[in-house]
Amino acid sequence: MTVEELALAVGGEILTAPENAGRTIGSAMTCDLLSWVMARGKADMAWVTVQTNINVVAVAALHDMACVVIPEGMRPDAPVTEKAAEEGVVLIRTDASAYSVCCTLHTGGVA
Amino acid sequence: MSEQILTEVFEVEAGDFVAAGAASAQIKRILKQLSVNSDLIRRAAIISYEAELNLVIHSLGGKLILRVMKDRVVISTEDVGPGIADISLALKEGWSTASDDIRSMGFGAGMGLPNIKRNADDFEIRSAAGSGTTIVTTIYL
Ligand SMILES: Nc1ncnc2c1ncn2[C@@H]1O[C@H](COP(=O)(O)OP(=O)(O)OP(=O)(O)O)[C@@H](O)[C@H]1O
Ligand SMILES: [Mg+2]
Repeated sequence: MTVEELALAVGGEILTAPENAGRTIGSAMTCDLLSWVMARGKADMAWVTVQTNINVVAVAALHDMACVVIPEGMRPDAPVTEKAAEEGVVLIRTDASAYSVCCTLHTGGVA
Repeated sequence: MSEQILTEVFEVEAGDFVAAGAASAQIKRILKQLSVNSDLIRRAAIISYEAELNLVIHSLGGKLILRVMKDRVVISTEDVGPGIADISLALKEGWSTASDDIRSMGFGAGMGLPNIKRNADDFEIRSAAGSGTTIVTTIYL
């Protein structure tokens, strides 16, 4: 499943770095504790989190993640999307719940 | 001591969450340019990020230092205080003195120092309440 396919399947909006939306998602995780994600994050991962602060971008960029999905109708502020755009980190926002995004990832074949 | 390839010093300011992670990103970039293998870069990125964020969150300011030698990468921090009263407690998974505000940003799981230790081949920490904290980590290439 690609990032673009995920965005479509969860009725989401790609907020940043659409040039990287063709990436294939290799794995997924949902967690809101940054050092937990830092410990377990991987390249090509899709990360589902309700955190919307700028540190999310740093963690995703350091791990070269495929995308960050912000569920539950949350919205990151402008400085966060600017930073993500600069770093090439794809941020997707959606009204779907974190649980439902994870179900979609599973159905899409992400193990 | 083996031959030094480069040293970079990054000043990290207390409380600067917007710049937080910038030094770690720079360290990752440098190691990539030096063609260090991606697994070691991942470990170095985890170490530097957790160490950098601890400077931002818990210290009064300090330095994050990268030294690359022929056979190893050394990432260290030095800060100007306030120090850690009980180091063995600080190293425990789940122990954190982070405030509610900091926790609401996703920090404060008490996983940073354990993450650093786990990803380093050698790990040293020196600290005392009232003085600064020094951390030295080594990854062998
Ligand atoms: N540079 C430092 N100066 C003073 N105290 C520190 C420093 N680094 C860590 N500590 C203390 O050690 C505790 C544990 O640090 P650790 O990085 O493991 O967890 P945390 O920063 O609280 O949470 P997390 O890293 O999971 O977001 C901190 O809560 C803090 O009390
Ligand atoms: Mg920490």
